Amino acid sequence: MREMISMIVVLTVFTAVSGGLLAAVKSKTELRIENQVLKFQKAPAIKDLFPEATNDPLAERFTIKSGDIELQIFPGKLADGSKTVAFETRGTGFGGAVGLMIGINLDSDEIVGARVTTHSETPGIGARAKDDPSFVSQFAGMSLDTNFAVKGDGGDIDAMSGATVTSKAVCVAAAQAKKLYQSLKPEILKQIK
Amino acid sequence: MAQSIAKEFTKGLWAEIPPFRLVLGLCPTLAVTKSVENGIGMGIATTFVLVFSNLLISLLRNVIPSKVRIACYIVIIATFVTIVELLMQAYTYELFLKLGIFIPLIVVNCIVLGRAEAFAGKNTPILSVADGLGMGIGFTLALASLGTVREILGNGTLTIWGGTPIFEMGANFMPFKFMIEAPGAFIGLGLMLCMMNLIGKK
Repeated sequence: MREMISMIVVLTVFTAVSGGLLAAVKSKTELRIENQVLKFQKAPAIKDLFPEATNDPLAERFTIKSGDIELQIFPGKLADGSKTVAFETRGTGFGGAVGLMIGINLDSDEIVGARVTTHSETPGIGARAKDDPSFVSQFAGMSLDTNFAVKGDGGDIDAMSGATVTSKAVCVAAAQAKKLYQSLKPEILKQIK
Repeated sequence: MAQSIAKEFTKGLWAEIPPFRLVLGLCPTLAVTKSVENGIGMGIATTFVLVFSNLLISLLRNVIPSKVRIACYIVIIATFVTIVELLMQAYTYELFLKLGIFIPLIVVNCIVLGRAEAFAGKNTPILSVADGLGMGIGFTLALASLGTVREILGNGTLTIWGGTPIFEMGANFMPFKFMIEAPGAFIGLGLMLCMMNLIGKK
């Protein structure tokens, strides 16, 4: 009996201390990690989406709150004067969350482009969604009325061969982006002016 | 005392160098050694975990009930691995992207648990730290040397931190592309083991 209690006590204390320690490290590094993700994942994606932006979408980013969702918006002004926004949504792929940065033209409600950001897909298979932009580039120029699902599911998106799960994750993220955009557009316009 | 510390430290560098002599921890050895940089990064992360988990396990060895010792070891190791993962994300994000899933997988690296079970659970903290440091540096050296062989043969370059190669094969050199693919890892490791056995033969 004494042995059993000591086992329970020791394990409980260990896991509690470990949990506390990790929470402390996490809260200390959180801001830095967010900046690193911004610098190495989001910034290159945004640069790809708005290569000719006349403003700095990263510096002008703002956050919109709707219910319990917080969305970081990157506004981009194109050379022809049209206003665009980019934001990130997620779908669940083969190895966890797949982030999709999607750019939408506020005037025409058309998709300017899309890029995969953070992911943990299999190198050489699902990771092609990020490494080889030929899959996500089909989103460019699509209207928001498009059915964002792979053709096998009756949608309009060509899946990457051999990487259906990742393709579906990207489609889920795109559909999510469409939903968010449609519900948040008035809010976004208010912020951008 | 000083002598035995030195002995525990140096055994990990040659006589019991983890991947080549103990043939432990092969998953990261095979998977991340596409380049020297990856090998060294992985080695340093593992060394950090080894040293701190050995220290803590050794300090707590009289408190840990023997029936749940493996569970306690895993909790301690997993804590340090998660700390390494967070620190790498915060400070060396590019390396973190390259090593990816293999950082959290240090938890199941048998060197770490092996040293905890075979050494730190029975020895004093100072000796355990020496053992962890020696094993970690040995592991780093092994990964770096395998990474060097694979990168030179497979890519014709040698790159350490910062993009520009510090060494390049001549223009006439045709890289053996397969050396930086998965099969090259097995062939490279096999050749290294062969060399180690040849040198160590009495």
